[in-house]
Amino acid sequence: MSQSAVDVPPKGGFSFDMCKRNDMLIQKGLKAPSFLKTGTTIVGLIFQDGVILGADTRATEGPIVADKNCEKIHYMAPNIYCCGAGTAADTEAVTDMVSSQLRLHRYQTGRDSRVITALTLLKKHLFSYQGHVSAALVLGGVDITGPHLHTIYPHGSTDTLPFATMGSGSLAAMSVFEAKYKEGLTRDEGIKLVAEAICSGIFNDLGSGSNVDICVITKGNKEYLRNYMEPNPRTYVSSKGYSFTKKTEVLLTKITPLMERVEITEVGGEAMEE
Amino acid sequence: MTKQHANWSPYDNNGGTCVAIAGSDYCVIAADTRMSTGYSILSRDYSKSIICKADKAVLSSSGFQADVKALQKVLTSRHMIYQHQHNKQMSCPAMAQLLSNTLYYKRFFPYYAFNVLGGLDEEGKGCVFTYDAVGSYEKVGYSAQGSGSTLIMPFLDNQLKSPSPLLLPAQDSITPLSEAEAVDLVKTVFASATERDIYTGDKLEIMVLKADGARREVMDLRKD
Repeated sequence: MSQSAVDVPPKGGFSFDMCKRNDMLIQKGLKAPSFLKTGTTIVGLIFQDGVILGADTRATEGPIVADKNCEKIHYMAPNIYCCGAGTAADTEAVTDMVSSQLRLHRYQTGRDSRVITALTLLKKHLFSYQGHVSAALVLGGVDITGPHLHTIYPHGSTDTLPFATMGSGSLAAMSVFEAKYKEGLTRDEGIKLVAEAICSGIFNDLGSGSNVDICVITKGNKEYLRNYMEPNPRTYVSSKGYSFTKKTEVLLTKITPLMERVEITEVGGEAMEE
Repeated sequence: MTKQHANWSPYDNNGGTCVAIAGSDYCVIAADTRMSTGYSILSRDYSKSIICKADKAVLSSSGFQADVKALQKVLTSRHMIYQHQHNKQMSCPAMAQLLSNTLYYKRFFPYYAFNVLGGLDEEGKGCVFTYDAVGSYEKVGYSAQGSGSTLIMPFLDNQLKSPSPLLLPAQDSITPLSEAEAVDLVKTVFASATERDIYTGDKLEIMVLKADGARREVMDLRKD
């Protein structure tokens, strides 16, 4: 009789039921939950003998700082790392996924991963999701063909560059790179320039903040300099400290079992049915 | 379905946080000096919020700074007229009522300003008045307004639990802290709010009002 309520969808094809429902909910004023965004400054550059990546460590949720010291430089392969900006979950998931695929590929081929492989896997994935996976990445590494640096946009387009910036602090950081980058920087010069670019993002972009992380990749070697700089210590600590007294009033300490308060009557006969 | 077009808005939010604490013979009013819009900092040294209205009242406001400026201009000129007519400065409670009226006058096109008025009353005791954007106000012992208020207010509630305004006879809402303790507390709450609110930072400007005059103090905050 009322079978239509539990109808199975017709076999094959897509079901757009949820689209209708979602439109209805949005029209009724439903606000979709917000995501943890890493309003970020991430950068990378190619120097004399490899690639240097840099990132700030602030994660925000609207105007609130959700994490003061998060990691935005993700591992891809022993010779490849990737900075992520955008929705934290997306950057993490997408880099982990590709990192796993790269490892399987290494087992199968017995060769070191190439940066171009990682780039292709990332852009294919992002393109297939039409920008809904909001990950903006700076990918860097050194492989058999030399040092490589790429940027990847959430829709899947990519760039190949000698120096790159991404995230909400990308303009602040790029202004430093455009002013000071030159070919053939030494390791120390490169690190200094990356740190300066990140600091520019940290201080001039409200979505970026806290500390500077740096990763230096050279042929056959890498150095992950976690919290390379900590330019934002706490500004004031009270000398006396604060106590948080328990002020909640205790109303009752005597416990009365529910059985003493209520009377239970057994209802005989069949179970309820309409 | 039909997406709303992004319309131009006459308002902006420039962030910032204001706090005021009233004591038995003093009033501490503090605000950070950052002015921002979106993810950009417009100024790191903008005394947005503190304007000496009279010797015994200080107004501190966050929100939309263009509206705050307009509001301050109205109040200053009204205070000037008052002084010419009465040959004395306005008291803090009088200024509080004037501010409320000024805000409600624009009930249907409000000043986007969140105010805290701190000062000394006729007896020389500290008093704090806290407002919403359209002029609802209340006399309290302490208050926080602006972008960091949601982080600061619960901490102040915990440390300075005030008596209910419904109690009879009416209880004094003044905090029991000494002046040094109140200044220390204000520095702590701002250092903490700056850690977690992106719109609070750069510098902290503190005004301490007492019967024998006002004192101004500045402390550095995080600049990221």
